[in-house]
Amino acid sequence: MECVMGVVGRDFAVVAADTSAVQSILVHKTDEDKVMVLDSHKLMGASGEPGDRVQFTEYIQKNLHLYQFRNTIPLSTAATANFTRGELATALRKNPYMVNVILGGYDKDAGASLYYIDYIATLHKIDKGAFGYGSYFCLSLMDKLYHPDMTVEEAVDLIDKCIKEIRLRLVVAPQNFVIKIVDKNGAREYARRDLVGDNASVDAATTVTA
Amino acid sequence: MVGKNCFAIASDRRLGVQLQTIATDFQRVFKIHDKLYIGLSGLATDAQTLYQRLVFRHKLYQLREERDMKPETFASLVSAILYERRFGPYFCQPVIAGLGENDEPFICTMDCIGAKELAKDFVVSGTSSESLYGACESMYKPNMEPEELFETVSQALMASVDRDCLAGWGGHVFIVTPTEVQERVVKGRMD
Repeated sequence: MECVMGVVGRDFAVVAADTSAVQSILVHKTDEDKVMVLDSHKLMGASGEPGDRVQFTEYIQKNLHLYQFRNTIPLSTAATANFTRGELATALRKNPYMVNVILGGYDKDAGASLYYIDYIATLHKIDKGAFGYGSYFCLSLMDKLYHPDMTVEEAVDLIDKCIKEIRLRLVVAPQNFVIKIVDKNGAREYARRDLVGDNASVDAATTVTA
Repeated sequence: MVGKNCFAIASDRRLGVQLQTIATDFQRVFKIHDKLYIGLSGLATDAQTLYQRLVFRHKLYQLREERDMKPETFASLVSAILYERRFGPYFCQPVIAGLGENDEPFICTMDCIGAKELAKDFVVSGTSSESLYGACESMYKPNMEPEELFETVSQALMASVDRDCLAGWGGHVFIVTPTEVQERVVKGRMD
């Protein structure tokens, strides 16, 4: 029941994911960070098989760093997306990674961009997208409420509405979420939305770690 | 579809996973060179991988032969590449359209393991292929000029995908003549 979603706004991209680590009926932890900061200006939200997810995102991150060491310039978001797709496609007919990825990044020339890469290596550049059972609720909300060039507040508000819907309507819904943002100042955690666990306060259902 | 010294190649724009629509601007028709286009229906990931492999092979051909590939040659190349994977195929059904020698239009389609099917009038592939056969058969006329060809192809495409829940969300039509390429997005039922 993992969800990852992303939205592009005016010169920024937001990637949000749930933070539950679940095995059968047991919730191992409620603060598992599934949105990896690949480098200074890229975020990779991933969902799927837990071992594959960590392995694959770390592999991409290390390869990005290697490219930067070798070539002194970072890889662009589009190139990163195509590299990620290539790795998934090569592994597909041997030993597939069961990982779905929403890749968000900011480049000086291209601005903010968001890429949808599913586990069988389908790549598509998108403005808004989501994976998992949560996508059945989020995608239509996003279709209705999204418009190009949203501000940060509007985009996070849209994500919050999606989170609210998932919590309300999805059976065995994840309770806690992390929201990360990437813009010209870099990739960073924007907020956590915790209902359960150590960081959830009793009255407010949200805490902001800005 | 073949016209008078020109051809049209068109696709719908839906990217979906079974019942869920992911995007409505997915590109399925790709340019190989100015007078050669390939449309790839079927599994999106295989369409993307296949397109990358074919562009690679064509660029290599251009470097060696110092000219563009003829459509007939390209069709044979695609067929060979697909049959290489006979027992673990790419789940794609390509439609190839190009202007060959003397700008003679050439079209063909194949199944996912490379069985070529040449035609003189039109070829179709995808989930709406049966509807497309019917629509094209009734609307096709030989020797249509580019403008009329565009109308015919658009109408046939829209009529067919409207009966298919897995296809639609608009159409992308290329009309290729010896001198120019017209690319148009057709607005259809967005459902």
